[in-house]
Amino acid sequence: MNNSIIIQIKNLKKDFPIGKGVFTALQNINISIKAGEFLGLIGPSGSGKTTLLNIIGSLDIRTEGEVTVLDKNVSTLSQIEAANLRSVYLGFIFQTYNLLPVYTVFENVELPLLLLKQPQAERKKAVEDALEWVGLEDKINSRPAQLSGGECQRVSIARAMVKKPKIVLADEPTANLDAENSHHILKTMESLNSELNTTFIFATHDEKVIQYLQRKISLVDGQVVNDEKVTNIPIGG
Amino acid sequence: MIKFLVKGLMRDRHRSLFPIIIVTIGVWITVFLHAWITGVFTDMVDYSARFSTGHVKIMTRAYAENADQSPNDLALFGVDEIISKLQNTYPDMTWVKRIQFGGLFDIPDENGDTRSQGPVMGMGVDLLSPESQEIATLNIEKSLVRGRLPRQPGEILISDELAYRLEAEIGTEGTLLSSTMYGNMTMYNFHIVGTVNFGVAAMDRGALIADITDVQEALNMTDAAGEILGYFKHRIYDDLRAQNIVENFNSTYQNIDNDFTPVMGTLKEVGNLGEYLDYASSFSGIIISIFVIIMSIVLWNAGLLGALRRYGEIGIRLAIGERKGHIYRSMIYESIFIGIVGSVIGTALGLSAGYYLQIKGLDLSSLMKNVTMMTPVVFRASVTTETYYIGFFPGLLATIIGTMFAGIGIFKRQTAELFKELEA
Repeated sequence: MNNSIIIQIKNLKKDFPIGKGVFTALQNINISIKAGEFLGLIGPSGSGKTTLLNIIGSLDIRTEGEVTVLDKNVSTLSQIEAANLRSVYLGFIFQTYNLLPVYTVFENVELPLLLLKQPQAERKKAVEDALEWVGLEDKINSRPAQLSGGECQRVSIARAMVKKPKIVLADEPTANLDAENSHHILKTMESLNSELNTTFIFATHDEKVIQYLQRKISLVDGQVVNDEKVTNIPIGG
Repeated sequence: MIKFLVKGLMRDRHRSLFPIIIVTIGVWITVFLHAWITGVFTDMVDYSARFSTGHVKIMTRAYAENADQSPNDLALFGVDEIISKLQNTYPDMTWVKRIQFGGLFDIPDENGDTRSQGPVMGMGVDLLSPESQEIATLNIEKSLVRGRLPRQPGEILISDELAYRLEAEIGTEGTLLSSTMYGNMTMYNFHIVGTVNFGVAAMDRGALIADITDVQEALNMTDAAGEILGYFKHRIYDDLRAQNIVENFNSTYQNIDNDFTPVMGTLKEVGNLGEYLDYASSFSGIIISIFVIIMSIVLWNAGLLGALRRYGEIGIRLAIGERKGHIYRSMIYESIFIGIVGSVIGTALGLSAGYYLQIKGLDLSSLMKNVTMMTPVVFRASVTTETYYIGFFPGLLATIIGTMFAGIGIFKRQTAELFKELEA
């Protein structure tokens, strides 16, 4: 298992223009993340965790500093290069699942592989494997509207994992789920982390998630106030 | 990926059915209006040409200035010679002389006293010469309601409406009271052998159709006629050629001081038909332009609404690494598909409606009782080759333009902003 640094953030600053002034969402952020980590950006609303997640995921651009993801400086990537980075190496999980309602579970999970232009047989195998990881083999032909919230989030995990990305970015993945479903989801992600050595980065303030994290980076008002590694995970693992 | 997008398009009615319905309606209206306007204006021009203007028309200068009064005292002399020259110069054209005249038509009782009387709008045309095409030009045979066509001098046709008004039966003899071209009063007896209904309000109110030789005799117009009309082969108007002929003819009759100098005009020049023709040709363009603009705005908004609905889809497609350009192109491809489907359906519906009105027509006779123009009372659409494609490209174009505008908004948005809106 190669535990080299895959994300390096140096002196990151992010400003948002507000009227004639600016709002500084992130400042003086310095973080290194190794492959296979299961970490969380934790903090209250407005602390900057989603903004940081978006910058790591090349969905947003920094104002100052340097963000390197898998040896690529995301600050200088063109739109096409950023799209390529996301399509091959990054997976996203959202609070609201964002499944496409007109497509079946299979088709939703298949979408990232279509963009990678994988052959149909390979796609089918990969989608079936991903749905097996999340325990939804029997829902392959269902539409999202026919699934529970927990099942939808599991489909969204399968969609993020189907291409076996290096990094999964999960923004409040359990916010809409009850305790039982949250634990189920987190256990699934934990096992994928250990089996596939995928790096999971959460943006959360949900205690249910926090208890599973191996590393907690606390943000307050856009600054890292604490970065602790958890050696003894009490409940989840 | 194409299969994936097609599946989405088929399953999401808001994305496919609604825009298709908008395009279908727009194209339908455009195609139908084109057929309708083409039909109405074509008929108007055709009827004017047949009954009044020809494709080119020769009158004296003075007659031309008061043509609406049919002033036969200003008629052309030596018409046979003029026609002979024209036939030699333009052998492919048909040249006819006509006399328009007004008067009273008197139906006597058994004692020879007036039983009924009414104003008539007379037309002297060549009904009896074997080589004459006037019966076909004026569509007299098909317009015959009762009786038969004139076979010998002294026989006339009158409009069916006039016959009923005067209570004149077929076989009745009536007397035309009018004035000669020299201003004297004239009375001439005619034998009614048939009644006609042309479907032209101005004619059907009180037309009297007589052979031109009889009219010349009645109005003392030997070798004279009010008008000489020229028709192109197959009765298809060619404005460029008409202008050339007019130019050539008028250059040989340049004595502008003489009221009786013949002057020729094209169909567009006489009867102010030029304005109608120009209007007809520009009207389709105006309709199509308005259609494209309105449909583009509607489809732009529909596209924006669709895109708002599809923020989730667009956001996730961006997140998993699809390029903005690819998403934009896929939206354009979808719009092409929608545009083609909507345009095909709209064209089919428009053509069906056009064909229906081409065959059935819309009878507006009750609204046209006092109309003096040579226009038909049953308005018909006309489906031409142009009708088949006139709505198709605007339909397609409007859909693509609408989607392009809607897509640009998405394209210019920062990816992270899309996500914020997506999460909202």
